[in-house]
Amino acid sequence: MYLVVSIAILITMALALVRALLGPSVYDRMLAVNMFGTKTVLLLSVIAFLYGRPDFLDLALAYALINFVGVLAVLEFFQSRSIRRAADRVDGG
Amino acid sequence: MLSGMKGYWYRFAALLLLLIAAWLLWSGIYTPLLLGLGALSCVLCLYLAHRIGFFVELFSARAILRLPRYWAWLLLEVVKSSLDVARIILNRKLPISPTVIEFDAAPDEPVGQVVLGNSITLSPGTVTLDVHNGRLRVHCLTREVADALLSGEFNRRAAELMKD
Amino acid sequence: MQSAVDVLSWILLAAGGAFVFVGGLGALRLPDFYTRMHAASLTDGMGTILILVGIMLQAGWSLAAIKLIAILVCLLLTSPTASYALANAALLSGVEPGNSRAGKAEN
Repeated sequence: MYLVVSIAILITMALALVRALLGPSVYDRMLAVNMFGTKTVLLLSVIAFLYGRPDFLDLALAYALINFVGVLAVLEFFQSRSIRRAADRVDGG
Repeated sequence: MLSGMKGYWYRFAALLLLLIAAWLLWSGIYTPLLLGLGALSCVLCLYLAHRIGFFVELFSARAILRLPRYWAWLLLEVVKSSLDVARIILNRKLPISPTVIEFDAAPDEPVGQVVLGNSITLSPGTVTLDVHNGRLRVHCLTREVADALLSGEFNRRAAELMKD
Repeated sequence: MQSAVDVLSWILLAAGGAFVFVGGLGALRLPDFYTRMHAASLTDGMGTILILVGIMLQAGWSLAAIKLIAILVCLLLTSPTASYALANAALLSGVEPGNSRAGKAEN
């Protein structure tokens, strides 16, 4: 059963990757990457029990925290970039 | 309702206990070196929490006691709307009618508005787009969901949770 | 008794896997950014809860269960926050929410 669930999660991760590649906007890609990250946490938790190695749960928790901070950091970057571009357009136009 | 310095130290002690418990649970190795590192990181976390104003009064202790009931209701809400959204996605015709609604948040303090916005986002079919000056802008997947949200059940529950 | 818990946890895991898959499908099928967010919140909310609670039932009362609860609480607190940051960033940088129907429903 763990195997079935992990395959379902893997398929969803593949679908998220397809969405990340298709885009079209930066935010679609970020949405897909965020989804990929949370699914990674779930996959790690399932793997911990699939192979009977509870230490994977620590990795899952750490990954959950890193994913959250990472998404926020990338968003901050894109937002400041789009603000600068808007300012450039005003200056140039 | 706790106030002033007393509230500050209650929060401080609660976070300290939580951090110590977390370190002892996760570490599993009880040598002087690792316990010392744990103490160091607890102090560091407390300092950082102090710096971001975590110990200033944000919500009452009674709100925490009301939390389980709120979570139970929210869980039910999440289950119901998840089934709806799953049915919509699996429908071949994809019967969506995206709607953006705006309404005033009933809780007037920031934490209450965060709770309200996050609860709305957590239940599938509704995503909080913007919280500004006590006004929420919410994107709904269908018009029915938007009408249900405008009837104000979420608002009422969140305000009830945060009232003193 | 033990087998009843087993059956329940298998059901939860299967339902969680199904919800996660449907969410992934939705992220691919739905037409624009804001509607795709609903699909992501389907996997983040329901899928996460079902799968982690299902595993928790298998773990029983142990350290692993406490860690799973910590993961669940952490995910349920951070994922709406990340979704809000994403939606708000998209809104502020000018991605238009909804279609023509949105204007009429606004009040």
